[in-house]
Amino acid sequence: MYKTALLSGLATALLASGSLQAAEALKEVGKGEGQLDIVAWPGYIERGESDKAYDWVSKFEQDTGCKVNVKTAATSDEMVSLMAKGGYDLVTASGDASLRLIYGKRVQPIDPKLIPNWKNLDPRLHDAPWYTVDGKTYGTPYQWGPNLLMYSTKVFPTAPDSWKAVFEAENLPDGKPNKGRVQAYDGPIYIADAALYLKATQPALGISDPYQLDEKQYAAVLDLLRKQHALIHRYWHDTTVQMSDFKNEGVAASSAWPYQANALKAEGQPIATVFPKEGVTGWADTTMLHVDAKHPNCAYKWMDWSLQAKVQGDVAAWFGSLPAVPQGCKASELLGAEGCKTNGFDQFDKIAFWKTPQAEGGKFVPYSRWTQDYIAIMGGR
Amino acid sequence: MSLTLDATAPEARHGALRGLSNLLYRKPTLYLSLLLVPPLLWFGAIYLGSLLTLLWQGFYTFDDFTMTVTPSLTWANFAALFTPANFDIIQRTVLMAVAVSIASAALAFPIAYYMARYTSGKTKAFFYIAVMLPMWASYIVKAYAWTLLLAKGGVAMWFVQHLGLEPLLNLLLSVPGVGGNTLSTSNLGRFLVFVYIWLPFMILPIQASLERLPPSLLQASADLGAQPRQTFMQVILPLSVPGIAAGSIFTFSLTLGDFIVPSLVGPPGYFIGGMVYAQQGAIGNMPMAAAFTLVPIVLIAVYLSIVKRLGAFDAL
Repeated sequence: MYKTALLSGLATALLASGSLQAAEALKEVGKGEGQLDIVAWPGYIERGESDKAYDWVSKFEQDTGCKVNVKTAATSDEMVSLMAKGGYDLVTASGDASLRLIYGKRVQPIDPKLIPNWKNLDPRLHDAPWYTVDGKTYGTPYQWGPNLLMYSTKVFPTAPDSWKAVFEAENLPDGKPNKGRVQAYDGPIYIADAALYLKATQPALGISDPYQLDEKQYAAVLDLLRKQHALIHRYWHDTTVQMSDFKNEGVAASSAWPYQANALKAEGQPIATVFPKEGVTGWADTTMLHVDAKHPNCAYKWMDWSLQAKVQGDVAAWFGSLPAVPQGCKASELLGAEGCKTNGFDQFDKIAFWKTPQAEGGKFVPYSRWTQDYIAIMGGR
Repeated sequence: MSLTLDATAPEARHGALRGLSNLLYRKPTLYLSLLLVPPLLWFGAIYLGSLLTLLWQGFYTFDDFTMTVTPSLTWANFAALFTPANFDIIQRTVLMAVAVSIASAALAFPIAYYMARYTSGKTKAFFYIAVMLPMWASYIVKAYAWTLLLAKGGVAMWFVQHLGLEPLLNLLLSVPGVGGNTLSTSNLGRFLVFVYIWLPFMILPIQASLERLPPSLLQASADLGAQPRQTFMQVILPLSVPGIAAGSIFTFSLTLGDFIVPSLVGPPGYFIGGMVYAQQGAIGNMPMAAAFTLVPIVLIAVYLSIVKRLGAFDAL
C-alpha cells in the first residue's frame, strides 16, 4: 500500500514537472544559443550556395551568432514526421500540416510581442485559421502562394476562365477533347479544389468552406472527381515531372504552382497561368516552434529576421511565392517591381488557403477519409 | 583449429586464457552458444522484434475524428484490406509482380544461356560487367530517365513513329489493363521500366544454374537420339528451373515492395509500397500501414513455399 502511494506520488510529480516544462514559454528573447535547426521546404532557407545573390542566412548568422542548420523536406507529410521525431527548433509548415502539428502537440504557441517585425505582417494574414487555434498564435507566417490553372498557350489562344477545362469532359479550343491532356494534383487536399469548383457551379449544395464538407456535399465532390479520373493524364506531385509533361507529353492544362509556370516561361515554353473565376486554393506557410525546441532564443531571432521586408522579397523571388510582409514586394531587387503582381499578390481574397479538414465532432468529413477516398479515386474506384 | 594447436603446444597458453580454452573445449555447447548469441540477438531482437512490433500495431485502433492511434485491439484494419479500393491495390501490385517475373525470365534465359555455354575468359567477364553495369547507376536516376525515354516527345516514340508503328501502339494502349493515355502513363510503360530494372537479378541466378549443368548430360541426350528441341525441353529447362525460380524470388519481391517506379511511371493508383507510405506519412494511420505491411510478407511467404518445391534454394 505504502509502495503504491509512493509510486503514484512519484508519477504525479513527474507528470507535473513535465507539464510545467511544456508550459514554460519564453518571457523575453535572450542571448542566442549559438545554433538553430530548421525543417524547411527546399529553396526556403538559402545561404548563397545555389546562387550567390540569394542569401538570407549568412547575415543572420553574423548578427546573432546562431548557426543555422537546415533539413529540407519534400512533402508536408515528411515535415510532420520529422517534427514528430524531434530535435528541430522550427518548421516551415504549410496549411495541410500546421493544424496536424498543433493538435498533435508538436509545436507551441508563440508570443508575437517578442517579435518586433510582427508589425510588418500583411493584415490579411492576421489570425489566419491555419496557425491560430483558441486565440493562440502558433508561429509566424513565412510565404504564401496560389494553386493556379496553368495552360499551354498553343492549345488555348485566349486564357480559359474556368476550372471546367480540367474537371469536365469538353473539347479544348484546338478542337480535340481534353481527355488524357489534363492533370490533377496527387494529394487528398485536391478534394478541396473540386469542392471549390462545385461551390461556384452548384450553389444548391451550399458549400461555404471547401475544407469543411458535410456528407452530402462530400459525396457530390467525390462524384465529380470520379468522372474527372477518366480525363486525367497523370496525377502530379513532382514539379519536375509535371514540367516535363507539359513540354514532352502534350498536357494542355493543370493546377500548378507559380514555380513551375515561372520556370517553364523562363525556358521560353508557351505556358501561361490564370486565376479562374471559381477562385483557387492556395498554401500559406508558417514558421512554427517545436514544443521542445532546444534553441528558443535563436528561434525567436529567426522568426523576427524572417519578417524583414528584404528577406521576404528575396524568398519570394527564389521560390515563386508571395511575401507575408507587403513591403517585401518593393524591398527586393531580385523580385523586381512586378514580381508580386505576377505571382498573384492582389488575388488574396480569391484564394481558399489549405488547412487540414477537421471533423469537429462528426459535423464534417475528416482528413483521414479524404485520404482513403482520394486513394480509391486515383486507383479508378 | 586453435583448439588442436593448444593440445599439441600446451606451453604457448598460460593461466586464465588456458583455463578458458579448456572450458570451451570441454563444453562445446557453451562454445557454440557464445558464438551464436550475438547474431541471434541481432536477428531476434532487432530484426524480428521490430517487425513484430510493427505488425502488432496493425491491431491498434485509429480514430478518424481525432486522427490519433489508441492501443485498443481490433481486427478492423486487416478486414479493411479487403475493401474494394484496398484490394485493388493488392491485386494491381501482385499482377505486376507476376508479369514482371515471367517477362524477366523469358528475356533473361537466352542471355544467361549464351553466357553460360558460349563465353569464356574475357568475353564472359565482359558479359558479367555488362549485366551488372546498370546496377552501378542510381536507381532513381534510371527511373527518371525512363520517364523521359517514354514521353510523347521522347526517344521511344521517335522510333515508333519512324518505324510507322504508331497505329499499333495506339491499339496496344487502348487495351484495358495494359494501356493508358500515353506510353509513360500506361501499365505497359511501368512494366517496361520494372523489367529493365530487375533483369540483372534474373540473369545471374539462371546463368549460375546453367553453368552447373554437366555437358555430359547434353552429349548423352544427343547420343540417345534426342532432337535439340527435345534436349532443351526435357533436359536443359527442367534442370534450370531452380535458377529461374531463384531469380523470380528477386523480381517478384522487389516489384512487390517498390514504390518509386509506380509513382513516376504508369497510370494513377497506388502500389502496396506507396499505400504504406501514404498511410504512415500523410495521415499517421500507422495501424493501417502496418496491416498493409503484412500483405507482402504473406505473399512472399506463400511464394517462397512454392519455389522451394521447385528447388530454388539449391540454386541460390
